[in-house]
Amino acid sequence: MSKLLKRYYPLFLLPTLIAFFIAFFIPLIMGIYLSFTEFTTVTDAEFIGFQNYILAFENQDFLNALWFTLRFTAVSVISVNLIAFFLALALTKKLPGTNIFRTIFFMPNLIGGIVLGYIGLLIINGILLRFGVTLTYSPAYGFWGLIFLMNWQMIGYMMVIYIAGIQNIPPELIEAAHIDGANNLRILRHITIPLVMPSVTICLFLTLTNSFKLFDQNLALTNGAPAKQTQMLALDIYNTFYGTIGAEGIGQAKAVIFAIILLIIGCVQLYFTRRKELD
Amino acid sequence: MKKLKILSVLFAGILALSGCSGQPEDNKTVKEIYYLNFKPEISEAYQDVAKAYEKETGVRVKIVTAASGTYEQTLKSEVAKKDAPVIFQLNGPVGFSAWKNYCADLRNTALYTNLSDKELAITEGDGVFGIPYAVEGYGIIYNDAILQKYFALPQKSTDYTSARDITDFSALRAVVEDMQKNKDALGIQGVFASTSLSSGEQWRWQSHLATVPFYYEFKQEKPEQSTIVTALNSKEISFAYNENMKNIFDLYLNNSVSDPKTLGTKSVADSMAEFALERCAMVQNGDWAWSQVSGVSGNKVKEENIKFLPIYIGTPNDAKQGICIGTESYFAINSQLSDEMQKAGIAFLEWLFTSETGKSFVINQLGFNAPFSTMTELPADPLSREVAYYLNSEKLNIEWTFAGFPSEDFKNVLGDALLQYAQGTKDWNYVVTSTQESWKTQKK
Repeated sequence: MSKLLKRYYPLFLLPTLIAFFIAFFIPLIMGIYLSFTEFTTVTDAEFIGFQNYILAFENQDFLNALWFTLRFTAVSVISVNLIAFFLALALTKKLPGTNIFRTIFFMPNLIGGIVLGYIGLLIINGILLRFGVTLTYSPAYGFWGLIFLMNWQMIGYMMVIYIAGIQNIPPELIEAAHIDGANNLRILRHITIPLVMPSVTICLFLTLTNSFKLFDQNLALTNGAPAKQTQMLALDIYNTFYGTIGAEGIGQAKAVIFAIILLIIGCVQLYFTRRKELD
Repeated sequence: MKKLKILSVLFAGILALSGCSGQPEDNKTVKEIYYLNFKPEISEAYQDVAKAYEKETGVRVKIVTAASGTYEQTLKSEVAKKDAPVIFQLNGPVGFSAWKNYCADLRNTALYTNLSDKELAITEGDGVFGIPYAVEGYGIIYNDAILQKYFALPQKSTDYTSARDITDFSALRAVVEDMQKNKDALGIQGVFASTSLSSGEQWRWQSHLATVPFYYEFKQEKPEQSTIVTALNSKEISFAYNENMKNIFDLYLNNSVSDPKTLGTKSVADSMAEFALERCAMVQNGDWAWSQVSGVSGNKVKEENIKFLPIYIGTPNDAKQGICIGTESYFAINSQLSDEMQKAGIAFLEWLFTSETGKSFVINQLGFNAPFSTMTELPADPLSREVAYYLNSEKLNIEWTFAGFPSEDFKNVLGDALLQYAQGTKDWNYVVTSTQESWKTQKK
């Protein structure tokens, strides 16, 4: 049986490989190639070297969007993970109604980003209108609105991962610590946190990349208003590609830069949190 | 080693499969033509047109409609496919500059020779690449019933007695401000509908309203040529008529249904609903708005009472000025396809605007004010009739200069600046400088 499997495994691999090639590898190579060209449709590209990259970095909107995205990512990664972790702690204490609350907190994650964005827009504007302003009044409103939206959507998902991690901690360990006289804070610090590090790795990675790549929530909630000051990288790339005549190549170059930054951030984060994981 | 070999053969196979694309087959007889439609509101009417055409000629017309606001995206991906659209739409000279390599020369077609005003076509050198198919107009739409009510008010402080007497900005301002004072007597909440400034809903200001000051600026620069062409060739703008734009924009903001600070939440549909329910007397929009107004449930505006006023901005030209008439709907034929394909596409369009069946579709179902000499009847729509009234009057109608604006991005910068001005977070000077800056960067 296993011999047979060894001989024919490429055949079983084939569907995945084909899908990977068509849906990922070829677009990736084409995308990188197109970032060095000037084009209208993807089939009529003309090679122009690094020109697109130079123009991308000269573009103030791109740099603003990069800075906004970095600030947004920093705040949302911390807030989402902290809140999700403490919710997970609370919901593993065998309190009444735990299952209902887990479901409720997880629900927003099942709604798509665009829909959630518009619901968020209605809620936030509904509150702000009582003070005679709207979400477009100041970029700070847009920033915190996005943070609120991101937390709303991601907390439930991260919470579920943390709950799984916490439930995997052997009860004997905690019992032993209790007998040794450790208080709850020490148990949290020296037993729970080190043992859920694998979950932390996953959660940090997911929130980091999702915050960085955020597009639909940004589009639905602020669409960059006022004056592109709440525009994140993905939205800026989209607007460059479709909103500016003859700038498709620049948009493509921005997208490649975006992918490289994301790759670096992701790898660095994985490297550092992996080191903290216990075997 | 053997495993590697198998894998590499597989890889090569996949590459070969996906790498090469077949050449389009050279069918001598075209069975199907593909038209990528721009206007979602008439996509169903087009399906009927296609059925009628297939019945008469046996050629199937495949009509695909891009969702609102996604035409460029859809076109970009569709054109790259093997079965690319034969007929597609250009939004004007700017769209043409992006799609230049895909536009066939149409100078020898009946479409061009039948054009009642040849100036309207998109041309380059001797070539004709875009044929306009729907002339539209916009201005300040007013509800004559409410204006009549105002003119009959005993306590009014102006001497005007008919909307057609309002022939310059100072008259408009006097009437509007006095109406606002008497809004309770008139039963309205404000004279103007909300100045919708939420994202994606700003086109009535960043394109339409902005056309008026820029029309005068470019006309002054080069009186002899089209302002769209001058706009396209200008690397910089002075925005000389910015104070005039501020005049009318302030009038919209200060005499409105809504508090200016809340305009970031308003959409065009909100404004049109306010107009339809007679909460306001005026709204800036175009002839396409009648279907929207009459479609609002509980609409109170009667067909005979909906009319246009020009957008006066307080230049010495006001008294002569008409409404803004132009088009951003041009047909183009995909030059990258076979000759037979192109001819079949042209034949369909010629049929649409010359045959009796086609013409009746255009007037009754598609509702185009089509600028062809073969089209003798006008659509039944009240605002389209107003456009015809202004076209035939002595007034100097303003062309759609915004067709020469650098890009969507430029318009959005202007729209965002107007929003910040409206909510009081930036002053007018910011609107002026950011608009000038944005034009310069977009034209680099």
